[in-house]
Amino acid sequence: MDILAQIAEQLELGDDERVHGLTRQAIDAGLPPADILNRGLIGGMNAVGEKFRVREIFLPDVLLAAKAMYAGMDLVKPLLVKERVPTRGTVVIGSVRGDLHDIGKNLVGIMLKGAGFDVVDLGADVRAEAFVDAVVSERASIIGMSALLTTTMPVMKDVVDLVTARGLRPSVKIMVGGAPVSADFAREIGADAYAFDAASAVDRARALIG
Amino acid sequence: MEGIRERLARGEVILGDGAWGTLLMERGLAPGEVPELFNLDRSAVIEEIAALYLDAGAEIITTNTFGGSPLRLEAAGLADRTEALNAGAVAAVRRAVADHAYVSASIGPTGRLLRPFGDTEPARMAEAFERQAAALASAGVDMFCVETMTDLDEATLAVAAIRAVAPRAPILATMTFEQTRRGFYTVMGVSIPAAARGLQAAGADVVGSNCGFGIDTMIEVAREFGRHAGVPIAIQANAGLPVTRNGVTVYPETPGHVAARAPELLAAGVQIIGGCCGTTPAHIRALRALVR
Repeated sequence: MDILAQIAEQLELGDDERVHGLTRQAIDAGLPPADILNRGLIGGMNAVGEKFRVREIFLPDVLLAAKAMYAGMDLVKPLLVKERVPTRGTVVIGSVRGDLHDIGKNLVGIMLKGAGFDVVDLGADVRAEAFVDAVVSERASIIGMSALLTTTMPVMKDVVDLVTARGLRPSVKIMVGGAPVSADFAREIGADAYAFDAASAVDRARALIG
Repeated sequence: MEGIRERLARGEVILGDGAWGTLLMERGLAPGEVPELFNLDRSAVIEEIAALYLDAGAEIITTNTFGGSPLRLEAAGLADRTEALNAGAVAAVRRAVADHAYVSASIGPTGRLLRPFGDTEPARMAEAFERQAAALASAGVDMFCVETMTDLDEATLAVAAIRAVAPRAPILATMTFEQTRRGFYTVMGVSIPAAARGLQAAGADVVGSNCGFGIDTMIEVAREFGRHAGVPIAIQANAGLPVTRNGVTVYPETPGHVAARAPELLAAGVQIIGGCCGTTPAHIRALRALVR
Protein backbone atom coordinates (compact mmCIF):
# COMPACT_ATOMS: atom_id res chain seq x y z
CA MET A 1 0.00 0.00 0.00
CA ASP A 2 1.42 3.42 -0.84
CA ILE A 3 2.04 5.80 1.97
CA LEU A 4 -0.84 8.13 1.10
CA ALA A 5 -3.30 5.25 1.24
CA GLN A 6 -1.79 4.33 4.60
CA ILE A 7 -2.32 7.88 5.84
CA ALA A 8 -5.95 7.72 4.76
CA GLU A 9 -6.39 4.33 6.40
CA GLN A 10 -4.85 5.33 9.73
CA LEU A 11 -6.84 8.55 9.70
CA GLU A 12 -10.04 6.53 9.35
CA LEU A 13 -8.96 4.47 12.35
CA GLY A 14 -8.41 7.67 14.33
CA ASP A 15 -4.74 6.95 15.05
CA ASP A 16 -3.26 10.43 15.33
CA GLU A 17 0.26 9.24 16.17
CA ARG A 18 0.45 7.01 13.10
CA VAL A 19 -0.96 9.73 10.86
CA HIS A 20 1.58 12.17 12.22
CA GLY A 21 4.44 9.73 11.64
CA LEU A 22 3.32 8.72 8.15
CA THR A 23 2.81 12.32 7.11
CA ARG A 24 6.31 13.11 8.32
CA GLN A 25 7.62 10.16 6.30
CA ALA A 26 5.76 11.28 3.18
CA ILE A 27 7.16 14.79 3.47
CA ASP A 28 10.71 13.46 4.01
CA ALA A 29 10.28 11.21 0.97
CA GLY A 30 9.67 14.35 -1.08
CA LEU A 31 6.01 13.80 -1.93
CA PRO A 32 4.24 17.00 -2.97
CA PRO A 33 2.41 18.49 0.07
CA ALA A 34 -0.70 18.99 -2.04
CA ASP A 35 -0.81 15.25 -2.75
CA ILE A 36 -0.33 14.40 0.91
CA LEU A 37 -3.22 16.68 1.72
CA ASN A 38 -5.58 15.68 -1.07
CA ARG A 39 -4.96 11.97 -1.44
CA GLY A 40 -3.93 11.20 2.12
CA LEU A 41 -5.66 13.42 4.63
CA ILE A 42 -8.63 14.64 2.60
CA GLY A 43 -9.08 11.20 1.07
CA GLY A 44 -9.28 9.66 4.52
CA MET A 45 -11.62 12.33 5.88
CA ASN A 46 -13.95 11.97 2.91
CA ALA A 47 -14.30 8.28 3.64
CA VAL A 48 -14.99 9.08 7.30
CA GLY A 49 -17.63 11.64 6.31
CA GLU A 50 -19.36 9.19 4.01
CA LYS A 51 -19.42 6.44 6.64
CA PHE A 52 -20.78 8.86 9.24
CA ARG A 53 -23.46 10.06 6.85
CA VAL A 54 -24.92 6.56 6.67
CA ARG A 55 -24.13 5.99 10.38
CA GLU A 56 -21.79 3.14 9.67
CA ILE A 57 -19.65 5.00 12.23
CA PHE A 58 -20.68 7.55 14.87
CA LEU A 59 -19.65 10.90 16.26
CA PRO A 60 -16.82 9.60 18.49
CA ASP A 61 -15.17 7.96 15.45
CA VAL A 62 -15.43 11.21 13.49
CA LEU A 63 -13.92 13.22 16.33
CA LEU A 64 -10.99 10.85 16.67
CA ALA A 65 -10.46 10.86 12.88
CA ALA A 66 -10.50 14.65 12.98
CA LYS A 67 -7.79 14.66 15.63
CA ALA A 68 -5.73 12.39 13.39
CA MET A 69 -6.38 14.66 10.41
CA TYR A 70 -5.16 17.70 12.33
CA ALA A 71 -2.04 15.78 13.39
CA GLY A 72 -1.15 15.43 9.72
CA MET A 73 -2.41 18.81 8.62
CA ASP A 74 -0.26 20.63 11.18
CA LEU A 75 2.78 19.28 9.31
CA VAL A 76 1.50 19.88 5.78
CA LYS A 77 -0.14 23.29 6.18
CA PRO A 78 3.11 25.32 6.58
CA LEU A 79 4.51 23.70 3.41
CA LEU A 80 1.38 24.52 1.44
CA VAL A 81 1.57 28.12 2.58
CA LYS A 82 5.27 28.27 1.64
CA GLU A 83 4.53 26.84 -1.80
CA ARG A 84 1.55 29.16 -2.17
CA VAL A 85 -0.80 26.30 -2.95
CA PRO A 86 -4.22 27.93 -3.18
CA THR A 87 -6.96 26.69 -0.87
CA ARG A 88 -10.53 26.19 -1.95
CA GLY A 89 -11.51 29.38 -0.16
CA THR A 90 -12.33 30.53 3.34
CA VAL A 91 -15.51 29.77 5.24
CA VAL A 92 -16.49 31.59 8.44
CA ILE A 93 -18.61 29.32 10.63
CA GLY A 94 -20.38 29.59 13.96
CA SER A 95 -23.48 28.77 15.98
CA VAL A 96 -25.72 31.81 16.12
CA ARG A 97 -26.26 34.14 19.06
CA GLY A 98 -27.90 32.34 21.95
CA ASP A 99 -27.13 28.88 20.62
CA LEU A 100 -24.55 27.04 22.65
CA HIS A 101 -24.71 23.85 20.63
CA ASP A 102 -21.55 23.49 18.69
CA ILE A 103 -21.07 19.80 18.04
CA GLY A 104 -22.83 19.91 14.66
CA LYS A 105 -21.06 23.11 13.74
CA ASN A 106 -17.71 21.59 14.75
CA LEU A 107 -18.41 18.64 12.47
CA VAL A 108 -19.06 21.01 9.59
CA GLY A 109 -15.72 22.70 10.33
CA ILE A 110 -13.94 19.36 10.40
CA MET A 111 -15.44 18.25 7.09
CA LEU A 112 -14.77 21.59 5.39
CA LYS A 113 -11.14 21.50 6.50
CA GLY A 114 -11.01 17.91 5.38
CA ALA A 115 -12.21 19.06 1.96
CA GLY A 116 -9.47 21.66 1.66
CA PHE A 117 -11.25 24.82 2.76
CA ASP A 118 -9.76 27.29 5.20
CA VAL A 119 -12.13 27.51 8.14
CA VAL A 120 -12.49 30.35 10.62
CA ASP A 121 -14.54 28.99 13.51
CA LEU A 122 -16.11 31.74 15.61
CA GLY A 123 -17.46 29.21 18.11
CA ALA A 124 -20.94 29.25 19.64
CA ASP A 125 -23.22 32.12 20.65
CA VAL A 126 -21.92 34.34 17.82
CA ARG A 127 -23.39 37.81 17.27
CA ALA A 128 -24.51 38.84 13.76
CA GLU A 129 -21.89 41.61 13.67
CA ALA A 130 -19.13 39.13 14.50
CA PHE A 131 -20.01 36.96 11.48
CA VAL A 132 -19.94 39.95 9.18
CA ASP A 133 -16.77 41.47 10.65
CA ALA A 134 -14.98 38.13 10.30
CA VAL A 135 -16.04 37.59 6.71
CA VAL A 136 -14.50 40.97 5.85
CA SER A 137 -11.29 40.65 7.87
CA GLU A 138 -10.67 37.05 6.75
CA ARG A 139 -11.63 37.76 3.13
CA ALA A 140 -13.94 34.79 3.35
CA SER A 141 -16.39 33.84 0.63
CA ILE A 142 -18.91 31.92 2.70
CA ILE A 143 -20.64 32.29 6.06
CA GLY A 144 -21.89 29.01 7.51
CA MET A 145 -24.36 29.30 10.39
CA SER A 146 -25.75 26.64 12.67
CA ALA A 147 -28.77 26.71 15.00
CA LEU A 148 -30.06 23.78 16.97
CA LEU A 149 -32.93 25.56 18.63
CA THR A 150 -36.10 26.91 17.12
CA THR A 151 -35.56 29.85 19.46
CA THR A 152 -32.30 30.86 17.82
CA MET A 153 -33.17 30.27 14.16
CA PRO A 154 -34.45 33.84 13.64
CA VAL A 155 -30.94 35.14 14.38
CA MET A 156 -29.88 33.67 11.02
CA LYS A 157 -32.07 36.16 9.23
CA ASP A 158 -30.40 39.01 11.13
CA VAL A 159 -27.05 37.88 9.74
CA VAL A 160 -28.38 37.64 6.17
CA ASP A 161 -29.88 41.13 6.50
CA LEU A 162 -26.67 42.56 7.93
CA VAL A 163 -24.56 41.09 5.13
CA THR A 164 -26.93 42.68 2.64
CA ALA A 165 -26.98 46.00 4.48
CA ARG A 166 -23.19 46.14 4.45
CA GLY A 167 -23.22 45.69 0.67
CA LEU A 168 -21.39 42.37 0.74
CA ARG A 169 -23.90 40.50 -1.39
CA PRO A 170 -23.72 38.68 -3.70
CA SER A 171 -20.00 37.98 -3.37
CA VAL A 172 -20.41 36.59 0.16
CA LYS A 173 -22.52 33.42 0.16
CA ILE A 174 -24.48 32.23 3.16
CA MET A 175 -25.33 28.68 4.09
CA VAL A 176 -27.33 27.47 7.07
CA GLY A 177 -27.94 24.21 8.86
CA GLY A 178 -28.95 22.56 12.14
CA ALA A 179 -31.72 20.26 13.28
CA PRO A 180 -34.72 22.62 13.04
CA VAL A 181 -33.48 24.36 9.87
CA SER A 182 -34.89 23.40 6.48
CA ALA A 183 -34.39 24.29 2.81
CA ASP A 184 -37.65 26.25 2.97
CA PHE A 185 -36.41 28.25 5.92
CA ALA A 186 -33.11 28.96 4.15
CA ARG A 187 -35.00 30.26 1.13
CA GLU A 188 -37.31 32.39 3.23
CA ILE A 189 -34.54 34.21 5.03
CA GLY A 190 -32.57 34.73 1.82
CA ALA A 191 -29.68 32.33 2.49
CA ASP A 192 -27.95 30.79 -0.53
CA ALA A 193 -27.92 27.20 0.63
CA TYR A 194 -29.16 24.75 3.22
CA ALA A 195 -27.01 21.85 4.31
CA PHE A 196 -28.69 18.84 5.85
CA ASP A 197 -25.50 17.53 7.45
CA ALA A 198 -21.75 18.08 7.58
CA ALA A 199 -21.08 16.12 4.39
CA SER A 200 -23.68 18.04 2.43
CA ALA A 201 -22.23 21.30 3.82
CA VAL A 202 -19.07 20.44 1.90
CA ASP A 203 -21.06 19.78 -1.30
CA ARG A 204 -22.92 23.09 -0.89
CA ALA A 205 -19.74 25.05 -0.19
CA ARG A 206 -18.12 23.60 -3.32
CA ALA A 207 -21.16 24.48 -5.38
CA LEU A 208 -21.36 28.02 -3.98
CA ILE A 209 -17.82 29.02 -4.83
CA GLY A 210 -16.89 26.44 -7.42
CA MET B 1 -49.69 11.05 46.61
CA GLU B 2 -48.69 7.43 46.37
CA GLY B 3 -45.11 6.89 45.30
CA ILE B 4 -44.53 6.53 41.57
CA ARG B 5 -42.46 3.35 42.03
CA GLU B 6 -45.36 1.55 43.67
CA ARG B 7 -47.77 2.59 40.93
CA LEU B 8 -45.38 1.49 38.20
CA ALA B 9 -44.86 -1.83 39.98
CA ARG B 10 -48.61 -2.40 39.84
CA GLY B 11 -48.47 -1.89 36.07
CA GLU B 12 -50.14 1.50 36.00
CA VAL B 13 -49.56 3.87 33.09
CA ILE B 14 -48.71 7.42 34.15
CA LEU B 15 -49.10 10.50 32.00
CA GLY B 16 -46.23 12.97 31.76
CA ASP B 17 -46.28 16.52 30.43
CA GLY B 18 -45.37 17.94 27.03
CA ALA B 19 -42.90 20.51 25.75
CA TRP B 20 -41.82 23.55 27.71
CA GLY B 21 -39.57 25.38 25.24
CA THR B 22 -42.23 26.03 22.63
CA LEU B 23 -44.65 27.28 25.30
CA LEU B 24 -42.01 29.56 26.80
CA MET B 25 -41.34 31.03 23.34
CA GLU B 26 -45.03 31.82 22.94
CA ARG B 27 -44.76 33.65 26.26
CA GLY B 28 -41.80 35.82 25.42
CA LEU B 29 -38.67 33.67 25.62
CA ALA B 30 -36.41 35.57 23.23
CA PRO B 31 -34.12 33.87 20.72
CA GLY B 32 -30.95 33.02 22.57
CA GLU B 33 -32.26 33.80 26.03
CA VAL B 34 -31.45 31.25 28.75
CA PRO B 35 -34.82 29.57 29.52
CA GLU B 36 -33.84 28.91 33.17
CA LEU B 37 -33.86 32.67 33.85
CA PHE B 38 -37.66 32.51 33.67
CA ASN B 39 -37.61 30.45 36.88
CA LEU B 40 -36.70 33.56 38.86
CA ASP B 41 -37.48 36.55 36.67
CA ARG B 42 -40.84 35.43 35.27
CA SER B 43 -41.89 32.59 37.53
CA ALA B 44 -45.57 33.34 36.95
CA VAL B 45 -45.10 32.01 33.41
CA ILE B 46 -43.61 28.79 34.80
CA GLU B 47 -46.56 28.40 37.15
CA GLU B 48 -48.96 29.00 34.28
CA ILE B 49 -47.40 26.29 32.06
CA ALA B 50 -47.26 23.81 34.94
CA ALA B 51 -50.93 24.51 35.67
CA LEU B 52 -51.84 24.02 31.99
CA TYR B 53 -50.24 20.58 31.94
CA LEU B 54 -51.77 19.64 35.29
CA ASP B 55 -55.17 20.68 34.00
CA ALA B 56 -54.60 18.64 30.82
CA GLY B 57 -54.17 15.57 33.01
CA ALA B 58 -50.42 15.21 33.39
CA GLU B 59 -49.32 13.57 36.61
CA ILE B 60 -45.63 14.26 36.10
CA ILE B 61 -44.66 17.91 35.68
CA THR B 62 -41.10 18.63 34.61
CA THR B 63 -39.04 21.50 35.95
CA ASN B 64 -37.57 24.08 33.58
CA THR B 65 -34.01 23.03 34.39
CA PHE B 66 -32.95 21.11 31.27
CA GLY B 67 -29.95 23.43 30.83
CA GLY B 68 -29.44 23.98 34.56
CA SER B 69 -26.13 22.23 35.11
CA PRO B 70 -23.36 24.67 35.98
CA LEU B 71 -21.32 23.40 33.01
CA ARG B 72 -24.07 24.50 30.68
CA LEU B 73 -24.97 27.69 32.56
CA GLU B 74 -21.29 28.64 32.54
CA ALA B 75 -21.47 29.32 28.80
CA ALA B 76 -23.92 32.14 29.57
CA GLY B 77 -21.95 33.34 32.59
CA LEU B 78 -24.63 32.03 34.96
CA ALA B 79 -22.85 29.13 36.70
CA ASP B 80 -22.81 30.99 40.02
CA ARG B 81 -26.61 31.09 39.93
CA THR B 82 -26.98 27.30 39.61
CA GLU B 83 -28.60 26.85 43.03
CA ALA B 84 -31.01 29.77 42.70
CA LEU B 85 -32.16 28.92 39.16
CA ASN B 86 -32.75 25.25 39.94
CA ALA B 87 -34.45 25.91 43.27
CA GLY B 88 -36.61 28.61 41.67
CA ALA B 89 -37.77 26.16 39.03
CA VAL B 90 -38.89 23.61 41.60
CA ALA B 91 -40.61 26.21 43.75
CA ALA B 92 -42.59 27.60 40.81
CA VAL B 93 -43.85 24.19 39.67
CA ARG B 94 -44.67 23.19 43.25
CA ARG B 95 -46.74 26.35 43.74
CA ALA B 96 -48.75 25.40 40.66
CA VAL B 97 -49.27 21.69 41.26
CA ALA B 98 -48.96 21.27 45.06
CA ASP B 99 -49.16 17.49 45.57
CA HIS B 100 -51.51 16.81 42.65
CA ALA B 101 -48.61 15.76 40.42
CA TYR B 102 -45.04 14.51 40.76
CA VAL B 103 -42.53 17.31 40.33
CA SER B 104 -39.83 15.84 38.10
CA ALA B 105 -36.43 17.51 37.98
CA SER B 106 -35.16 17.75 34.42
CA ILE B 107 -31.44 17.29 33.79
CA GLY B 108 -30.25 17.61 30.19
CA PRO B 109 -26.84 17.26 28.55
CA THR B 110 -24.05 19.64 29.54
CA GLY B 111 -23.32 20.43 25.91
CA ARG B 112 -19.74 19.27 26.48
CA LEU B 113 -17.97 16.23 25.14
CA LEU B 114 -16.05 13.93 27.44
CA ARG B 115 -12.41 13.07 26.85
CA PRO B 116 -10.98 11.76 24.55
CA PHE B 117 -13.56 13.07 22.07
CA GLY B 118 -13.89 16.46 23.72
CA ASP B 119 -12.09 18.38 26.42
CA THR B 120 -14.18 17.66 29.51
CA GLU B 121 -12.93 15.40 32.30
CA PRO B 122 -15.52 12.93 33.64
CA ALA B 123 -14.87 14.17 37.19
CA ARG B 124 -15.74 17.72 36.19
CA MET B 125 -18.96 16.59 34.52
CA ALA B 126 -19.91 14.44 37.51
CA GLU B 127 -19.34 17.38 39.82
CA ALA B 128 -21.56 19.60 37.67
CA PHE B 129 -24.41 17.07 37.69
CA GLU B 130 -24.07 16.59 41.44
CA ARG B 131 -24.29 20.31 42.05
CA GLN B 132 -27.43 20.61 39.93
CA ALA B 133 -29.01 17.48 41.43
CA ALA B 134 -28.27 18.65 44.98
CA ALA B 135 -29.92 22.00 44.29
CA LEU B 136 -32.99 20.27 42.86
CA ALA B 137 -33.16 17.67 45.64
CA SER B 138 -32.99 20.19 48.43
CA ALA B 139 -35.73 22.23 46.76
CA GLY B 140 -37.98 19.18 47.20
CA VAL B 141 -38.59 17.32 43.94
CA ASP B 142 -40.44 13.99 43.76
CA MET B 143 -38.29 12.40 41.06
CA PHE B 144 -35.59 13.11 38.51
CA CYS B 145 -35.61 12.95 34.74
CA VAL B 146 -32.33 12.69 32.84
CA GLU B 147 -33.24 13.37 29.23
CA THR B 148 -32.16 13.91 25.62
CA MET B 149 -28.87 12.18 26.26
CA THR B 150 -26.80 10.79 23.37
CA ASP B 151 -23.64 9.80 25.23
CA LEU B 152 -24.13 6.86 27.59
CA ASP B 153 -21.14 7.92 29.70
CA GLU B 154 -22.65 11.36 30.23
CA ALA B 155 -26.08 9.88 30.97
CA THR B 156 -24.71 7.43 33.53
CA LEU B 157 -22.66 10.20 35.17
CA ALA B 158 -25.91 12.13 35.58
CA VAL B 159 -27.81 9.17 37.01
CA ALA B 160 -24.97 8.32 39.39
CA ALA B 161 -24.74 11.96 40.50
CA ILE B 162 -28.44 11.96 41.37
CA ARG B 163 -28.05 8.68 43.25
CA ALA B 164 -25.21 10.22 45.24
CA VAL B 165 -27.24 13.19 46.45
CA ALA B 166 -30.73 11.66 46.49
CA PRO B 167 -30.31 7.94 47.23
CA ARG B 168 -34.02 7.09 47.24
CA ALA B 169 -35.39 9.38 44.51
CA PRO B 170 -36.99 7.67 41.51
CA ILE B 171 -34.91 8.35 38.38
CA LEU B 172 -36.18 8.28 34.83
CA ALA B 173 -33.44 8.30 32.17
CA THR B 174 -34.09 8.70 28.47
CA MET B 175 -31.88 9.03 25.42
CA THR B 176 -32.43 10.27 21.86
CA PHE B 177 -32.03 7.80 19.00
CA GLU B 178 -31.80 8.05 15.22
CA GLN B 179 -32.91 5.39 12.78
CA THR B 180 -29.95 4.01 10.84
CA ARG B 181 -29.66 1.20 8.33
CA ARG B 182 -28.52 -1.03 11.18
CA GLY B 183 -31.20 -0.04 13.65
CA PHE B 184 -31.56 2.65 16.28
CA TYR B 185 -28.46 4.40 17.59
CA THR B 186 -27.73 7.74 19.24
CA VAL B 187 -25.42 10.03 17.31
CA MET B 188 -22.71 8.88 19.71
CA GLY B 189 -23.29 5.28 18.65
CA VAL B 190 -25.28 3.97 21.63
CA SER B 191 -27.74 1.17 20.80
CA ILE B 192 -31.00 0.60 22.66
CA PRO B 193 -29.80 -2.59 24.40
CA ALA B 194 -26.64 -0.75 25.54
CA ALA B 195 -28.70 2.20 26.78
CA ALA B 196 -31.15 -0.02 28.67
CA ARG B 197 -28.34 -1.99 30.28
CA GLY B 198 -26.14 1.02 31.11
CA LEU B 199 -28.86 3.25 32.49
CA GLN B 200 -30.27 0.48 34.67
CA ALA B 201 -26.84 -0.41 35.99
CA ALA B 202 -26.26 3.23 36.90
CA GLY B 203 -29.43 3.18 38.99
CA ALA B 204 -32.27 4.38 36.76
CA ASP B 205 -35.75 3.19 37.78
CA VAL B 206 -37.26 3.88 34.37
CA VAL B 207 -35.48 3.93 31.00
CA GLY B 208 -36.57 4.96 27.54
CA SER B 209 -36.40 7.65 24.92
CA ASN B 210 -37.40 11.25 24.35
CA CYS B 211 -37.20 13.78 21.51
CA GLY B 212 -36.42 12.09 18.19
CA PHE B 213 -38.43 11.95 15.00
CA GLY B 214 -42.04 11.68 16.11
CA ILE B 215 -44.36 9.06 17.45
CA ASP B 216 -44.19 6.65 14.51
CA THR B 217 -40.49 5.86 14.97
CA MET B 218 -40.91 6.03 18.76
CA ILE B 219 -43.20 3.01 18.59
CA GLU B 220 -40.29 1.03 17.12
CA VAL B 221 -37.94 2.43 19.77
CA ALA B 222 -40.39 1.42 22.52
CA ARG B 223 -40.68 -2.12 21.18
CA GLU B 224 -36.92 -2.51 21.20
CA PHE B 225 -36.69 -1.16 24.75
CA GLY B 226 -39.42 -3.66 25.64
CA ARG B 227 -37.16 -6.50 24.52
CA HIS B 228 -34.16 -5.28 26.52
CA ALA B 229 -35.27 -3.27 29.56
CA GLY B 230 -35.73 -4.89 32.93
CA VAL B 231 -37.48 -1.82 34.33
CA PRO B 232 -40.50 0.27 33.23
CA ILE B 233 -40.22 2.24 29.98
CA ALA B 234 -40.84 5.95 29.38
CA ILE B 235 -41.45 7.49 25.98
CA GLN B 236 -41.75 11.22 25.31
CA ALA B 237 -41.85 11.82 21.56
CA ASN B 238 -41.59 15.06 19.63
CA ALA B 239 -44.66 16.12 17.67
CA GLY B 240 -42.69 15.12 14.56
CA LEU B 241 -39.80 17.03 13.02
CA PRO B 242 -40.33 20.79 12.75
CA VAL B 243 -41.28 22.27 9.39
CA THR B 244 -41.51 25.89 8.31
CA ARG B 245 -44.91 27.14 7.16
CA ASN B 246 -45.20 30.78 6.14
CA GLY B 247 -42.11 31.64 8.11
CA VAL B 248 -43.34 29.99 11.27
CA THR B 249 -41.79 26.84 12.70
CA VAL B 250 -44.45 24.24 13.38
CA TYR B 251 -44.42 20.65 14.56
CA PRO B 252 -46.61 18.56 12.27
CA GLU B 253 -48.10 15.88 14.55
CA THR B 254 -51.52 16.84 15.86
CA PRO B 255 -52.96 15.73 19.21
CA GLY B 256 -55.28 13.46 17.22
CA HIS B 257 -52.42 11.74 15.42
CA VAL B 258 -50.45 11.22 18.63
CA ALA B 259 -53.50 9.83 20.44
CA ALA B 260 -54.26 7.52 17.53
CA ARG B 261 -50.78 5.96 17.59
CA ALA B 262 -50.27 5.99 21.36
CA PRO B 263 -52.04 2.65 22.02
CA GLU B 264 -49.17 0.98 20.18
CA LEU B 265 -46.76 2.54 22.67
CA LEU B 266 -48.82 1.14 25.53
CA ALA B 267 -48.95 -2.25 23.82
CA ALA B 268 -45.15 -2.17 23.69
CA GLY B 269 -45.15 -1.89 27.47
CA VAL B 270 -44.62 1.85 27.91
CA GLN B 271 -45.69 2.97 31.40
CA ILE B 272 -44.77 6.64 31.32
CA ILE B 273 -45.98 8.51 28.28
CA GLY B 274 -45.67 12.20 27.55
CA GLY B 275 -44.43 14.58 24.89
CA CYS B 276 -41.26 16.39 23.91
CA CYS B 277 -40.57 19.30 21.52
CA GLY B 278 -43.70 20.68 19.87
CA THR B 279 -46.24 18.88 22.03
CA THR B 280 -48.78 20.99 23.93
CA PRO B 281 -51.37 20.65 26.68
CA ALA B 282 -53.78 19.63 23.89
CA HIS B 283 -51.56 16.64 23.07
CA ILE B 284 -51.48 15.61 26.73
CA ARG B 285 -55.23 16.05 27.02
CA ALA B 286 -55.69 13.79 23.99
CA LEU B 287 -53.58 11.10 25.66
CA ARG B 288 -55.43 11.28 28.95
CA ALA B 289 -58.35 9.13 27.82
CA LEU B 290 -55.96 6.32 26.87
CA VAL B 291 -54.16 6.31 30.17
CA ARG B 292 -57.08 6.30 32.54
